Amino acid sequence: MREFFAMSGYGLYVWSSLLLTFTIIGLNVYLARRALRDARQMAQRRLAANDSESRPAVTKQEATS
Amino acid sequence: MNWTWFHRLGSPPYIYKLAGTLTPWFAWAAALLIAYGLVGGIVLAPPDYQQKDAFRIIYVHAPSAWLSLMIYTTMAVSAAIGLIWRMKVSHALAAACAPIGAWFTVAALGTGMLWGKPMWGTYWVWDPRLTAELVLLFLYMGYMGLRAGIEDTQRADRASAVLAIVGVINVPIVKYSVEWWNSLHQSASVMKLGKPDIVLEMLIPLLVMFVGFTLLFFALALVRLRAEILRRERAASWLREALA
Repeated sequence: MREFFAMSGYGLYVWSSLLLTFTIIGLNVYLARRALRDARQMAQRRLAANDSESRPAVTKQEATS
Repeated sequence: MNWTWFHRLGSPPYIYKLAGTLTPWFAWAAALLIAYGLVGGIVLAPPDYQQKDAFRIIYVHAPSAWLSLMIYTTMAVSAAIGLIWRMKVSHALAAACAPIGAWFTVAALGTGMLWGKPMWGTYWVWDPRLTAELVLLFLYMGYMGLRAGIEDTQRADRASAVLAIVGVINVPIVKYSVEWWNSLHQSASVMKLGKPDIVLEMLIPLLVMFVGFTLLFFALALVRLRAEILRRERAASWLREALA
């Protein structure tokens, strides 16, 4: 087991390159999901803004009719 | 010829839905393949006769370097299609590729440095392969910087597409630098795989890692593509449906 972690003396380099790669993979998964979540929230806000713009117009129409 | 499939690929709602369906399949396949490749490469494969266990860095270094080039090519082709056929989805895909490609270029450079130190005695040399890969990172950063600097999405799409297309010339330079110039970096054919009877034990996990990383990119790109599509759609009626 100790031999496995030592990687014939190159342990520092082997394990840190693995750590670096999987940190970057994890970060990319997080960033991609965050980008989608943010875009969803922004789109929702845009739709809500459109709704509130059009709604008073409808009520005004209803009031006059 | 029937071009319906091409037009469907240009339809944001269709792509948004398709990307959402495909993402978990790519993600899980990638996770399984990368796990298999790790066990095969880091645990089971025998040590190299010359580099001992240091050669195992190849299982993360080579797939990262492959992605750095493949993603750039995907980005440039996608940007070109967007420019020529004015396909919004295509520009969105190009924009989705950039950050992923930049990160895997960092991974390729970083793991390369960690491999260079014990094998070459230095983290960095201004070698053709290494320099061209660093230029690749700058191209990705330039592309993203240009996009971030232009407020209007359509103008950002067009300007950044030109940069992506011009920059694609660097891809064959990275790939063939080890053959064209005297490079410290080993060339693909001289990979020290040891005796023929252990080649497969080293090679199969590596190929599995290549496929796993590629599928991981597909999953990441599809998630980012959906985000890009949402960002570009202004109050489209299908948005309400997509967000429900």
